[in-house]
Amino acid sequence: MTQHSKKARAFLKDARYSEWHDATFWAVRSKRDAMARGLPEWERLREKASAIKRHTLSHLDEYLEKFAAQAEKNGAVVHWAADADEFNAIVYDILKAADVKKIVKSKSMLTEECRMNPYLEAKGIEVVETDLGERIIQLMGQRPSHIVMPAVHLSPDQVGELFEREGISDEIGNHDPTYLTYRARLSLRNEFLTAGAGMTGANFGIAATGDIVVCTNEGNADMSTSCPRLHIAALGLEKVIPDYDCLAVFQRMLCRAGTGQPTTSYTSHFRKARPGAEAMHIILVDNGRSEWIGNPDHWESLKCIRCGSCMNTCPVYRRSGGFSYSYFIPGPLGVNLGMLRDFEAHKGNLSACTLCMSCQSVCPVKIDLGEQIYKWRQTPGAVPSAKKALCKGMSMVYNHPLMYKAATGAFKPFHSMDLEKDE
Amino acid sequence: MKVGLFVPCYVDALFPQVGVASYKLLRHLGMDVTYPKGQTCCGQPMANGGFEKDTVGLAEKMEDLFAGYDYVVAPSVSCTAFVRLHYPELLDHECRLASSCMDIVEFIHDIVRPEALPGSFPHKVSIHNSCHGVRELGLSSPSEQNVAPFNKIRDLLSLKQGIEVVEPERKDECCGFGGLFCVEESAVSARMGLDKVRRHIATGAEYITGADCSCLMHQSRIARKNRLKIEFKHVAEILAAGL
Repeated sequence: MTQHSKKARAFLKDARYSEWHDATFWAVRSKRDAMARGLPEWERLREKASAIKRHTLSHLDEYLEKFAAQAEKNGAVVHWAADADEFNAIVYDILKAADVKKIVKSKSMLTEECRMNPYLEAKGIEVVETDLGERIIQLMGQRPSHIVMPAVHLSPDQVGELFEREGISDEIGNHDPTYLTYRARLSLRNEFLTAGAGMTGANFGIAATGDIVVCTNEGNADMSTSCPRLHIAALGLEKVIPDYDCLAVFQRMLCRAGTGQPTTSYTSHFRKARPGAEAMHIILVDNGRSEWIGNPDHWESLKCIRCGSCMNTCPVYRRSGGFSYSYFIPGPLGVNLGMLRDFEAHKGNLSACTLCMSCQSVCPVKIDLGEQIYKWRQTPGAVPSAKKALCKGMSMVYNHPLMYKAATGAFKPFHSMDLEKDE
Repeated sequence: MKVGLFVPCYVDALFPQVGVASYKLLRHLGMDVTYPKGQTCCGQPMANGGFEKDTVGLAEKMEDLFAGYDYVVAPSVSCTAFVRLHYPELLDHECRLASSCMDIVEFIHDIVRPEALPGSFPHKVSIHNSCHGVRELGLSSPSEQNVAPFNKIRDLLSLKQGIEVVEPERKDECCGFGGLFCVEESAVSARMGLDKVRRHIATGAEYITGADCSCLMHQSRIARKNRLKIEFKHVAEILAAGL
């Protein structure tokens, strides 16, 4: 048993819930299929998207410098963080210097990666997630179970009860999702108005113009940046792309692949602090990425645009859930990124793959996700000793035809038949 | 055309009738078929498990055993895919087998291209589109991709008199076998298998057929365990029916 297989077994014990989980994500995959089929050029777009990312990642130094220079010219303050600790410290220093006690955040997996929230909270800063799913799991004290739909594992009743406990809803027993969303909006509105800083992630950074581009369905990135006096944007180094022409390719794919919508409800470009606000800070975070780019087998994982479609299509993810993986990103992408992050800590996820290759067939930027999992398994020390013994035993039998004959003799195998007699 | 018949280990031991059907079918199609003795395993199970390096000797042996054939044909998509995609990386010299090895469905469909097959199979069959057949050998259009739909298994089956061919909902979702996956992740594997068999049964088919015995083996175990009634036959067995 591996780390993943144990958790998966437990997940499947609740048959009704696990069926619902599988069906929910299959429905997202189906919506995505309909969108992909709606664009005759879809497969060419995938080629193009992959080529753009390969190009950008192999010239990343140039594009990063261009992006940073352009952003500074626009009036943003650019910071470079080598790792998670440096990133967290930069954020804290900015907040401290501006005397900020509360920060509102739109969705950012990078801050999850750097564990920014607990770091800031330990220093006495209140952090409020404003993406509805993220807010729910923040109040629950959980981590996201999916990168695009972080609270999808919870039912309306669970959310309703949470909101009652937190005093967010006042009609006890009303767990209607529309009502709950309305109450969440009311409560978040107050947070936007009273926060000293707003943080966003970024889906893309545009080297030619210095824009950061944020795609949301809830408009919460826009609220997070249009009320507080400070805007801090955090992006991983790999998020930078050359120009608007490239952005157009990804914009056509990101939401279609991710949620099966033609586009996100909001696509916002930020270049500088809005009139009247104090400053806009952009933090470019390495945290392992510059090393991973040099990994000949696994660098293409960095092409990812975080649509989540590899999770939705993965037959194992759908039947084991996000929490069955040890890394904070689940599914095929998470298996691979986890291995890059910490081999020993996350090798227990390598079993979570049948090598069906649906992930790399669905991926809008054509990351060879399944092949990478195959390659990780080849790394010494990657698989459990019982499996190793089994493989060694099988190799021994197959490498010795006499042993093979002895082992298969009882089955009346094909190799012992007289084919001519059969004619 | 000189054809070497490659009968993978588990077909050899557990599904000898599939080897026989493949042999008969290829003979019927006018091929000069030989079954070279001394075959064991192509190495796929160990490589997928993480021990690719241990299979170099097997790859060398396969390359030697099957030298001198125009085509090497196997009733197994996953073994064919392993030979084609991984042997060139395993061997430190040119690998001829990687280009001569074909799965029996793609060989008959693309190379032999028969316009008719004798015999009838008056049954409703549901195609199991094995992952490696779909996404590595291109036996059918992957459901993820926006490409014109095609299915080589369906094309061949349609040559049999009286047959009705259907595909399940989620037509190329994995059945959960995955070699050692079914040992290591037995709970997920069993669940995937059960979901798959149920979808095949929902088509009203009497048989599940496909180009890979390992997927069929996994599903037949699941069906038996859950007392679900449906039969299993490799595509080659159906195509050879009546020969």
